[in-house]
Amino acid sequence: MTLAIERTGADAVAKPVAAQAVRRKRKNERPTWEEPPTVVGQAAKGITLSGVLLVMLVPLWIIVVTSLSTQAAVNRAGGLVIWPTDITFESYRVMLTDSTVRTALLVSLGITAVGTVVSMAVSVMCAYGLSRSRSLGHRFILMLLIITMFVNGGLIPTFLVVTGLGGYDQWWALILPSAVSVFNILILRAFYSSTSLDLIEAARIDGAGDWRILWSIVLPTSRAVTAVMALFYGVGYWNSFFNVMLYMPTDSEKWPLQYVLLTYVNRGNGMPGSVNNGFGDQFSQTAPLALQMAVVVLTLVPLLLVYPFVQKHFRTGVLTGAIKG
Amino acid sequence: MTLPAVVLLLVFNYVPLFGLATAFQEYDPLAGVWQSPWAGFYQFERLLNDSLFWGALRNTLWLSFVQLILFFPVPIALALLLNSVLSERIRNFIQSVVYLPHFFSWVLAITIFQQMLGGAGALNQFLRSNDIGTWDIMTNPDTFALLVTSQVIWKEAGWGIIVFLAALAAINTDLYEAAAADGAGRLRRLWHITLPGLRSVIVLMLVLRLGNALTVGFEQFLIQRNAVGHDTAEVLDTFSFYYGIATGDYSYGAAAGLFKSVISLLLIWGANKLAHAFGEDGLYRK
Repeated sequence: MTLAIERTGADAVAKPVAAQAVRRKRKNERPTWEEPPTVVGQAAKGITLSGVLLVMLVPLWIIVVTSLSTQAAVNRAGGLVIWPTDITFESYRVMLTDSTVRTALLVSLGITAVGTVVSMAVSVMCAYGLSRSRSLGHRFILMLLIITMFVNGGLIPTFLVVTGLGGYDQWWALILPSAVSVFNILILRAFYSSTSLDLIEAARIDGAGDWRILWSIVLPTSRAVTAVMALFYGVGYWNSFFNVMLYMPTDSEKWPLQYVLLTYVNRGNGMPGSVNNGFGDQFSQTAPLALQMAVVVLTLVPLLLVYPFVQKHFRTGVLTGAIKG
Repeated sequence: MTLPAVVLLLVFNYVPLFGLATAFQEYDPLAGVWQSPWAGFYQFERLLNDSLFWGALRNTLWLSFVQLILFFPVPIALALLLNSVLSERIRNFIQSVVYLPHFFSWVLAITIFQQMLGGAGALNQFLRSNDIGTWDIMTNPDTFALLVTSQVIWKEAGWGIIVFLAALAAINTDLYEAAAADGAGRLRRLWHITLPGLRSVIVLMLVLRLGNALTVGFEQFLIQRNAVGHDTAEVLDTFSFYYGIATGDYSYGAAAGLFKSVISLLLIWGANKLAHAFGEDGLYRK
């Protein structure tokens, strides 16, 4: 039995990334054999693609503009603001003085940072170990990993195990149970297997151990895939809210930003725990729309800061195998 | 070096497999898995006599079906469309925009939908200001299947094109040139070259979709369940959560989860058999 993902991994080895990049870079010209485009066809294509872009971008635009608007502008628009009139950062100032949002931001950043580091360390080590096919029991461990992609205990047995280990209300319960993505390990492994064997052999003759090879040869030669995997893990931790609901639902001091967004914007509840900080009145009822939108933007900012740097790697064929498996 | 990952998987993936024993027990949190009394197939009998469970199963299958029909073709069509754009700069720009929502959380995606289409959202704001009346899509059970499918399309269709774009890039352009020289028009080239080139990827994605027919997304429904009511929004995963953990009836929830896992495995196996019958590799090779 060969999994689809292993096949694509083999493909990635056979076709070096550089060759794929050359083929993707085709000329921006219509080939001579193709018939000239019809006006109607071009117009339909343009309209459809612009429509797709607008559906993605307009909601984000409206939310950002509203978060930057004054209460007067919101009242004038009767809700969400589409054209910016009076720009103010007041909502952001109020939001960041609120202790619940500030704590949640720190919690989210902390979980994301620690979780990503843990996940990447574990996955990179495992993938490297599995990519050196001479290692002990390598086929067996690979099977052990792959089985978990098809068979799992499900929600309740996992919950019972985590709480049985004392994970209720503990930070590690938000990180460790989901720290390993077999899928990401298999992708990393496919790339490490293609890292130049000559280079590794030479390093080994010069006396470099596995750690040294991993750190000085394998990781530097696979920066793109490392960045993409770190983004996958990071986004997973940043976006998670259900495990908070499971393992620490009562203590608002430990809520991450997504959970605050859910309670405060999506469900329109007042902010718990904000009564003592001088903004009690403001938060005790459903908050002003601009303030709500500021929270939405806050959950977006870290993603938008990282995304442009990693996104360019999606195209280099890195993810061909990723999505297939 | 594989040790940390293996330990984590053993603890959080393999140990819970033994926890599935709770599905055959009357689990008592104080007694634990070892001491709880055995109940045989009692929990499964309860499930089969529970109209709420059947409702959840029906909703799951219906939503899966709607998504298969309405969602599945969208990334293929979008990839074909994007692939026909000549300017590389425009292609790259569109790709980076349509990939983005995949990285949003469901909380964020649904909040955005609510702000746009909800009772107080942008759409109704516009309708009200023009005296057309209101149309609250977010809480209407009748259109819920369409709503969640459009959410999935908005969030995931863009990301879904990656694999099809890769398959399209792998098709040999000489084939197109030869076909054009022989007089094949656009449609014939699409039918005789492009679609056969995409065939194995399409089959693979179909196998995955059919194998996951009982999984339609968990957080998406958890968040919206209260707004539209559990009659329409309860799916197998939320059923397992609400009747297992939220009400403390762990064995019952575990039985529902096990039921789903077993059927899903059968579905994956069956879909793969089907793929092999069509001469494709599917998820794994024979």
